[in-house]
Amino acid sequence: MTDTTLHAKAPTTAGSDESEGMSYLESLPRRLVTLYLPLFIILVVLLFPFYWMGLTSIKPDEQLIDMEKYNPFWVVHPTFKHISKLLFETQYPRWLWNTMYVAVGATTLSIFASVLAAYAIVRLRFKGADTVGVLIFFAYLVPPSILFIPLASVIQAYGLFDSPLSLILVYPTLLIPFSTWLLMGYFKTIPFELEECALIDGASRWQILVKIVVPLAVPGLISAFIFSFTLCWNEFIYALTFLQSTPNKTVPVAIVNEFVDGDIYKWGSLMAGALVGSLPLVILYAFFVEHYVSAMTGAVKE
Amino acid sequence: MSTIQTSLPRGVAISEPSAWVRLKTNRNVIALWFMLPAAAFLILFLAYPLGLGVWMSFTDEKIGRSGVFVGVENYEWLWDDSIFWLSVFNTLLYTIVASAIKFAIGLYLALLLNRHMPFKAMIRAIVLIPFIVPTVLSAIAFWWIYDSQFSIISWSLIKLGLITQNINFLGDTSWARASVIIANIWRGVPFVAITLLAGLQTVSPSLYEAATLDGATSWQRFRFITYPLLTPIIAVVMTFSVLFTFTDFQLIWALTRGGPVNATHLMATLSYQRGIISGRLGEGAAIATAMIPFLAAAIAISWFGMQRRKWQQGSDQ
Repeated sequence: MTDTTLHAKAPTTAGSDESEGMSYLESLPRRLVTLYLPLFIILVVLLFPFYWMGLTSIKPDEQLIDMEKYNPFWVVHPTFKHISKLLFETQYPRWLWNTMYVAVGATTLSIFASVLAAYAIVRLRFKGADTVGVLIFFAYLVPPSILFIPLASVIQAYGLFDSPLSLILVYPTLLIPFSTWLLMGYFKTIPFELEECALIDGASRWQILVKIVVPLAVPGLISAFIFSFTLCWNEFIYALTFLQSTPNKTVPVAIVNEFVDGDIYKWGSLMAGALVGSLPLVILYAFFVEHYVSAMTGAVKE
Repeated sequence: MSTIQTSLPRGVAISEPSAWVRLKTNRNVIALWFMLPAAAFLILFLAYPLGLGVWMSFTDEKIGRSGVFVGVENYEWLWDDSIFWLSVFNTLLYTIVASAIKFAIGLYLALLLNRHMPFKAMIRAIVLIPFIVPTVLSAIAFWWIYDSQFSIISWSLIKLGLITQNINFLGDTSWARASVIIANIWRGVPFVAITLLAGLQTVSPSLYEAATLDGATSWQRFRFITYPLLTPIIAVVMTFSVLFTFTDFQLIWALTRGGPVNATHLMATLSYQRGIISGRLGEGAAIATAMIPFLAAAIAISWFGMQRRKWQQGSDQ
């Protein structure tokens, strides 16, 4: 119980977060050297690639390659040429749409399957529930890098090669173990007295799940959804292996394969592509930081 | 009681539930239905391919041609293949160096973030951004940063007078290895830091206050309070980190595709190269299967870490 509530809202449970602790004992110069300076350096390093991505995508070509005349860390006459070229002269919108379609499809399927599985493991306590829980944890640890070759022949056999549907069917293997594990933690925190009441009132298991458990586990569902969506968007090796034709590709695969034409001026549109492809996730993340963090730490702590 | 009984119509006994009703309410049967969707996905697209992969590694299957059983021929072939051993070496080097540095910087960053400061929540949110952005897209940004002609790092170092000519980051074998490791560290540090931070937040500040009163130095406070309490979560986080680093594919593929002269080929990229691009599925599957013992070791360590954690929690509940 303590374990699951902890990860459900990790940032608020810790006493150290709200209280000042012993930090008042430190002098300002000391804090400056031991805290703010190293933190600032780390933050700059972590964020620099994004700055560079954004800057490059609005820099005119001549400034990109002339590093003597123009200071490369700044841009003089920003241009939207790269971004408009990306959006109107390439199939980028199509790739973005594919990625979105695959991510939403695979995530929805996975959450549906995970809710059912997690509920069964935690609350139905069927014979062998613990073993199934452990097996699902192991499934979480099987990486795509060792599965893509046999999966390619499975996908070929089902006739799904070069179809985004293949990704919608395959991605749940990455998402279900994680979401099930996460949701098991949330379901455990729901008092089972509620379910007992419902059972006495004649509710079926399905009704209990839909009308009691799921509404109470909404924060967990959001966490699972956000994290799964991010994983789908990020996935590369399956998409690279299964998708062949240009219009069917997802953003990460298309960026790597379609823009590499040896053109010295490719960098502007390449960076614009990376930036536009990252933005949806960053925006989503900005709205759901807490859920995202609890999903990440929850999966590890469980 | 009696009032209830009289209210029932006469002659209506509560009948034994029929076999169908009992089946319908049997929790094992219900659970079977509930587990079905997840089990179907995991068996069809995870367990079956896992077994199929091991089987394929014993065949000479190629793209467009089904294979026949050839025994351990693929493995014998790999055993004498210096590029395969180079990829094993690269994978181990990449995993060990990147994981160790990720752990060191991640723990340090977690300790920094755990301290009291203004805009704490916002800074924590920003730290995680490299982990949110798809690896390939940030790798593309690194590709540009590591460009042989227009690298901003080379430019800055030349302006500072530290070097005289551009560094060929991805063209020179040692630089290429260092570059991909740095990019991997950059991406992995936020994950390690934020998960360890979640562990740090469960450590009560009163322990530190007590230790300080007893005259402990800050190193002693870390060594005898933070580290022991954090050990179980460190075990789990680092197992995940090692696992994902070991099986990394996308970062390498986006940056170097295994080059220059195979210096950055990991087992996963070599497997893709041989299995999909050259079409020798059997050989690619053999390389992938060769990764399993390493993964099993990582999983065993993770399991050990979790058991220990449960034991620790049980003792203080």
